[in-house]
Amino acid sequence: MSSRATVTDAPGSAPGRKAVALVGPRRRGDGIFRGITLGAGILVLGILVAIAGFLIARALPAIAADKGNFFTTKTWDPDGSKVFGIAALAFGTVISSLLALVIAVPIALGVAVFIVEYAPRRVASLLGYAVDMLAAVPSVVYGLWAVYFLLKRLIPLQVFLADHFGWIPLFADPDNRAGQYSQSVFAAAIILAVMILPIVAAISREVIAQVDPAQREGMLALGATHWEMVRMAVLPPSRPGIVGGIMLGLGRALGETIAVALVIGASFTVNAHVLSPGNSIAANIAVKFGEAGALGRNALIASGLVLFAITLAVNLAARAIIYRAGAVERSAAV
Amino acid sequence: MSVTLTATDAAASGLQSRRYSGRAIATTVAAALVFTALLFLVTPLGGRVGFLLVGAVVVLAAVAAVSWRIEGRRKSVNRLVTIGAYAAMVIALIPLAAVLGYTVTRGLDRLRPAFLTHSMANIGPLEAGGGVYHAIIGTLEQVGLASLVAVPLGLLVAIYITEYGRGRLANAIRFFIDVMTGIPSIVAGLFVFAFWVLGLHRGFSGLAAALSLAVLMLPVVVRSSEEMIRLVPSSLREASYALGVPKWRTILSVVLPTAATGITTGVMLAVARVTGETAPLLLTAGGNNFIHTNPFSGIQSALPLFVFDQTGRGVDAAVNRAWAAALTLILIVVALYIAARVLTRRNSLASR
Repeated sequence: MSSRATVTDAPGSAPGRKAVALVGPRRRGDGIFRGITLGAGILVLGILVAIAGFLIARALPAIAADKGNFFTTKTWDPDGSKVFGIAALAFGTVISSLLALVIAVPIALGVAVFIVEYAPRRVASLLGYAVDMLAAVPSVVYGLWAVYFLLKRLIPLQVFLADHFGWIPLFADPDNRAGQYSQSVFAAAIILAVMILPIVAAISREVIAQVDPAQREGMLALGATHWEMVRMAVLPPSRPGIVGGIMLGLGRALGETIAVALVIGASFTVNAHVLSPGNSIAANIAVKFGEAGALGRNALIASGLVLFAITLAVNLAARAIIYRAGAVERSAAV
Repeated sequence: MSVTLTATDAAASGLQSRRYSGRAIATTVAAALVFTALLFLVTPLGGRVGFLLVGAVVVLAAVAAVSWRIEGRRKSVNRLVTIGAYAAMVIALIPLAAVLGYTVTRGLDRLRPAFLTHSMANIGPLEAGGGVYHAIIGTLEQVGLASLVAVPLGLLVAIYITEYGRGRLANAIRFFIDVMTGIPSIVAGLFVFAFWVLGLHRGFSGLAAALSLAVLMLPVVVRSSEEMIRLVPSSLREASYALGVPKWRTILSVVLPTAATGITTGVMLAVARVTGETAPLLLTAGGNNFIHTNPFSGIQSALPLFVFDQTGRGVDAAVNRAWAAALTLILIVVALYIAARVLTRRNSLASR
């Protein structure tokens, strides 16, 4: 099996080719050119360090000037009472993103399995392209569409959830808001789900497609149904890649700004009622930036630093998982 | 003889399982829907959305149950999963159709030549006229400048990783380039705001916006160029070395031209992705209503900023402008995507 993989994967590189590869004559130009490219590489690492550095430099004075506790305060009033904190913002960011994952992941996996396993070859690439197009629509267009098309159509669904599943704290609607006005964490999660679906689907599709066809044929030859073949031969080797893809989707959802700012409703509360308005770090920066004073802007940068740290952690974990699973080529949509 | 034998034998021995055919499925679905309707008449359940949700669950349960009874558990589960995969595909395409369809129908109302050739100068907050000329200029300049920064730098990094990079440093650069793709766009905006606008006292400008877009473009350019450079056959490089051409000249005049089509595709996709970014521009470009062609100083508008600004105004005239501008933006992005796709088809390296 392994020998088969080498032969099909890399027809041009016979074993030991690298050792005897020709290097070409050495010239002074080589050293200079290598130095330039190395400099570019180091510059990119420098940019990453600079992002952290400049955010920290602005954030620390703001946190020092905070009269509340930056991590536990729910309100955001840096320019007035100087009491501000990210508790409500961070909570809203995490809960809206997790809810988006809950909605998007099953659909994305279904799409990936459908495109690779069920769709006819010719239709498959077309469908894959269509799903990738979801990632091409700008965030602000999703926001505009959500505000003037989706929100009022979501009201019946929110009312249904509140009426029949209100006993679950997640769908509780104590202030009876679900039916009147539709800006909510739930609406934001749905928009986020649409936006991260193509990422999760694209990566899952690629890892699923990489599974050795001999494994599939073996399962089918043993009399497995199509689903048993997928469950036992396709999903287990793809799992790390899929998990990595989900983490990348989570990273994208956490940092999404404009669409969320337009639908989440900007409230500063911490509760699990997703049918009520909420807030997110990124949305709060977009909404408050224009009117913020000097301290206000630094405070927003401090909240952005927290967002940067969270997304960095999620992305590092995602990349580590994907790397360990073996290099997965990423599609251009991601 | 053998044919009749197998048929009867199979039926008797249970080797050939009983089939759950199309008509039986249709009957099951109809019965399930009738049951749901009765449920809604008798119980306090109500509403169209509720009927759709409950109906879908009841139909699935009925099909699974009948299939289990006739074909057994394994085929029943298989049938459910197949339905689920089809449903997921349909559900995923609904938002795409809805967003594009609604944007096109709403956007066409106002998308006229005059809309593209006029700015918002002297247009009152409630007035209908005006256009996106100033925003298109801003977007073109900002994305152009961002490409001027990100493409050469990204190419050099890709060359280092593929042609020179060995060991820890190269791996670290590759890893952090990947991590960089995950930086939220608003954080890129905050960085340029803290560094360029506040730190260097340069103020809001098209250039500041371009820098934040460049931060977002860079990892995409590196990754796609890296992939294309790797596809260049080593025999081409070796032929060049054999002629006595130094490595750096080989890279510049053999490797890069061979990979050029693929690299261009990657750059176009990066440009398409960055053209729709709003959040970083909010913190770096500022946004205004009139034509401002100098990207190096003074606040500037851009198409996504224009859409966001008009969306938030809530007045009918402004919302109509937002839709028309959103359609303009989508047309630009989709044109870039299609151009990239056409280029990929012509790319001899990518046709694996």
